[in-house]
This record gives sequence, C-alpha cells and structure tokens, in this order.
Amino acid sequence: MTATERPAASLALDPEEARRVRAARFERIGKWLLPLAIMIAAIWLWDRICVWNEIPRYILPRPGEVLYTLYADAGLLFSSLLVTLKITFLGLALAVAGGVGLSVLFAQSKWVEMSLFPFAIVLQVTPIVAVFPLINIYVDNQTVKLLLCAWIVAFFPILSNTTLGLNSVDRNLLDLFKLNGATRWQQLVHLRLPAAMPYFLGGLKIAGGLSLIGAVVAEFVAGSSGQSSGLASRIIEAGYRLNAPRLFAALILISFTGIVIFLVLSLISHLVLRRWHESALKQER
Amino acid sequence: MEARIGEAAQGGTVPLLSLRDVGKRFSNGVTALGKVDLAIGEGDFLSLLGPSGCGKSTALRLIAGLSTPTTGLIDWRGDGSPDRSSTGFVFQEPTLLPWASVFDNVWLPLRLRGVSRADATPAIREMIDRVHLSGFENAMPRELSGGMKMRVSIARGLVTKPRLLLMDEPFAALDEITRFRLNHDLLELWQEERFTVVFVTHSVFESVFLSNRIVVMAARPGRVFGEIAVNSAYPRDEAFRTSHEYGELCRDTSQILVDAMNAGADDDRN
Repeated sequence: MTATERPAASLALDPEEARRVRAARFERIGKWLLPLAIMIAAIWLWDRICVWNEIPRYILPRPGEVLYTLYADAGLLFSSLLVTLKITFLGLALAVAGGVGLSVLFAQSKWVEMSLFPFAIVLQVTPIVAVFPLINIYVDNQTVKLLLCAWIVAFFPILSNTTLGLNSVDRNLLDLFKLNGATRWQQLVHLRLPAAMPYFLGGLKIAGGLSLIGAVVAEFVAGSSGQSSGLASRIIEAGYRLNAPRLFAALILISFTGIVIFLVLSLISHLVLRRWHESALKQER
Repeated sequence: MEARIGEAAQGGTVPLLSLRDVGKRFSNGVTALGKVDLAIGEGDFLSLLGPSGCGKSTALRLIAGLSTPTTGLIDWRGDGSPDRSSTGFVFQEPTLLPWASVFDNVWLPLRLRGVSRADATPAIREMIDRVHLSGFENAMPRELSGGMKMRVSIARGLVTKPRLLLMDEPFAALDEITRFRLNHDLLELWQEERFTVVFVTHSVFESVFLSNRIVVMAARPGRVFGEIAVNSAYPRDEAFRTSHEYGELCRDTSQILVDAMNAGADDDRN
C-alpha cells in the first residue's frame, strides 16, 4: 500500500509526507515517460543527422525508411524471425532440461558435482565462436548445429543457479524431513526443488537472452555456408548488398525479440514467486 | 549443590526413554556431552536448562535421532528401539516452508508419511484450531507474526500425535508477552494431550512456569548438574507467575544455574 492511495481529504499531510507522495507520483509517471521521451528524442536526432549531413541511405537510412522496410519486407523478415525464434526457444527448452537435470543429479551426490562441474565451466568459458568450427565439422544438420550452439551458451546460468538453489536449503528443514523419515525423492520434490525455484527463475531470465544471442551468433558463424534463413543471415545478406534499411530492420527485430523474451520470463518469475518470495513482494516501506 | 537431585517426581510411571551414559564427541575434538544419565518419564514436561555450550541442544538432537551418541545408548521403553514416528520436533526458528500455506505446512509430516490431503484434513484442521489459528489456513508464512509462525510450527510438531515433543528453545526469539501467551497455550495442549515434552531453554522463568522437572546442565563437558522438581499443581495460569511459590522456585533454580555456570568455569581454569 503506497501513501498515495490514502484519501486525500482524510488527513492533512505534513510537509515530509507530502513530499514523499509527490515524489512517488513523479516516479510512477517518470518511469515510463522518461525512457520514452529519450527514445523519441534519439530517433528524431537520428533523422535530423541524416538530413543535415545528407547521408546516403545505404550508409545510414532515416528512421522512417527503416520502419517502411519493416513493413515492405515483412514477409521475408518475419519468416526469418520465426526461424530464429524456433532455434532460440528450442535451445532454451533444452537448456532448461539439461541445466535442471544436471543440477538435480549434482544435488544427489557431492561426488558427481565435484567431478562434472569443471566440465560445465569449461563449456561456459570457451567462446562459442571459437568452438563453432568444430561443431561445423562434426554436425551435418544445420538446425542441430544452431541448437547445440544456443544450448551451450544458455544452459550454464540455469545449471549454476539451480545447483546453488538446490544446495541452499535451511538445515533445520533438512533435519525436519529426516525426522519424518522423508525419502530422497520426497526431499527433492517437497523441499529442494521449491527452495531452488527463485534461483532457477533468475537463471532462466539470463538464459533466455543468452539463448537468443547463441542462436544469432551461431547463424552468423554458420551463415557463410548460406543454408540458413534466420535473421542473422538476413543481416549478412543485407550487409553484402549494402541494404542498410533492411539491416536496421532486422536488428530492431532481434533486439525487440530479446526485450519480449526478458519481459515474458520476468512475468513468469513474478507469477510463480509472488505468493512467497521476497523478490516478488511489494515494498511496504 | 546437588542436594535436590533425586527429589524429582518421576510420576511413578515407566520411563518413556532413558539416556544411559550418553556422550557425544565431535570430530573436531569438542566433547559436547560427557556422560549423561537421564530418565524421561511418560507425561513429563522436562526442561533442560543451562548456559550455552552445555550440550542441551546436542542432547535433544541425540534423542531425536538426528545424531548418534559416541558412547552410551538411548533406551526407549527398555527395549532400545527408537520410535521416530512418535517424535515431534520444534526448532528455535519456526522453520516453515515459505512457499506453502499454513495448512500445507501443518500437513507436511503427514504428507511425508504418505497421508493424502483429504485424509489428513480433519487432523490438520483440528491442530490449527488447537493453536488458535483457525481462519489462517490459507495464509502464507510471511503474512504471519513471529508468534503465529511458532504456533504453526507447534501444530506441525503435534499433528502426528507424537508421544514425545522435543522443543529447542522455541520461544527464545519472541517478545515477552507473546512468549507468555505461547507458554500458556503450550501447557494447555500438554495437559489435554498428555504427550511428553523435553524443552530446551536458557530461561529460568520459562522452565519453572512450564515444567514439572528441570534438569540443570553444566558445560565443559556437557553434563547433568542438578535437578529440581516443580511440584506446583497444573493448570498453571498467570496467577502462578506472580505467586510466592513461583518466586521461590525461580530463586532456587537460578542458584543452581549459577553454580552450574561456575562449575563450567572452574573446569576452564584447571
């Protein structure tokens, strides 16, 4: 409950409270208005720079032209977006399955964790771009190649976060489960997995963005072979043809997709945790 | 000052369990419990009172079976078999599942024993009612005050109808007034259900108000130092808290506790 929800007439506010109320109102409006205003100003400036300097469209297209390309090339761009999205979500789904599965395995035995975790780190710290040529040699199927790439990039945050969560269980609760004769399975289902949920969702938010990056980067590296049809190949293609408007349009689609993925995952996280976890609670000051 | 040992009333009953020469030494070389002999009678409200480090929590964990003794044995009803299914445990913190409602938290011990939600519902509702939380079944732990969380924890400890309830300083983190209320309500439950309680505390006042036996422990190594029988009649209410008798008992208990603390300190100097 924020102070502003009080009926205004009920009590005269002292200056400090009145200031707080005003500040809260400005903050609520400003949170949306400020970024929007800056964005509009930036786009306007972009447009003016093109006009003032008479920059040719194949170097820097005007925003209006990018928007028009988005509309005119919609068929091409959105079918490419669909291809990229497919890789992204499949990669993310596999990352969730692999990350959660491995971390549950780790939670069952310290030995397994100690033995396998270093491999996960190696996989994480080696730049995917450097690994890709190998994947290119060993894997034939284009989709599988890209998926593997997206998976390698996205699974680590899920693995490391979920592992941390599964191990961050209240000692007393573990004792309570032991006292009540809980099986390992009951301990996992009723205690460790729910306790790990906030950690897992935190990892998922990071992995969502990374999966998109993985899908795009993989396509970039594989793109030279010319078989792929995702947004990255549209960008490469447009680059070769000096079709800057389409390049910009594809870029905008990718970053918009990233934002939507982040928002959707944040929403899921909020809905799952809102009843109990600190992170999802309203600040009551 | 061990004059009062042996005076304690065992209620003339068979001991529910006995600790025989029980000792516990940890791998880091610390001897938490030296050699403890203690018989806990059926229906006792026994308080373990002592300074930090006297091994009272360790004793409780040994009784619960969360830890095994280095020496000696814990004998249940003379046949040596522990009866885990009839032991409830209440921790110092409420230790609730934060993602589960009050109802589901109380259900937990039964759920782990394979009792379905439907089958457990009458027992859960009754327990929630007994700790005066009716109407809060669907509340989440974060929405409750410290005292209410502790009530949930007690309900969870008792929902399996245990014969023995182990409590590890359950009210230590609560304010005085909440603590008085919970003391009162716990005694009420104990009198109605006649389970046995082993109650770890460092509060003289709480132990005198609640128990019929107070076992004072000393540290280094943890051992039983003395025992006081509190023969005052139950039910005990707030009038008992202000009675002359209560004052006397608190004074005596405090004296033994001071001696116990000095005994631990003496050993330190040697």
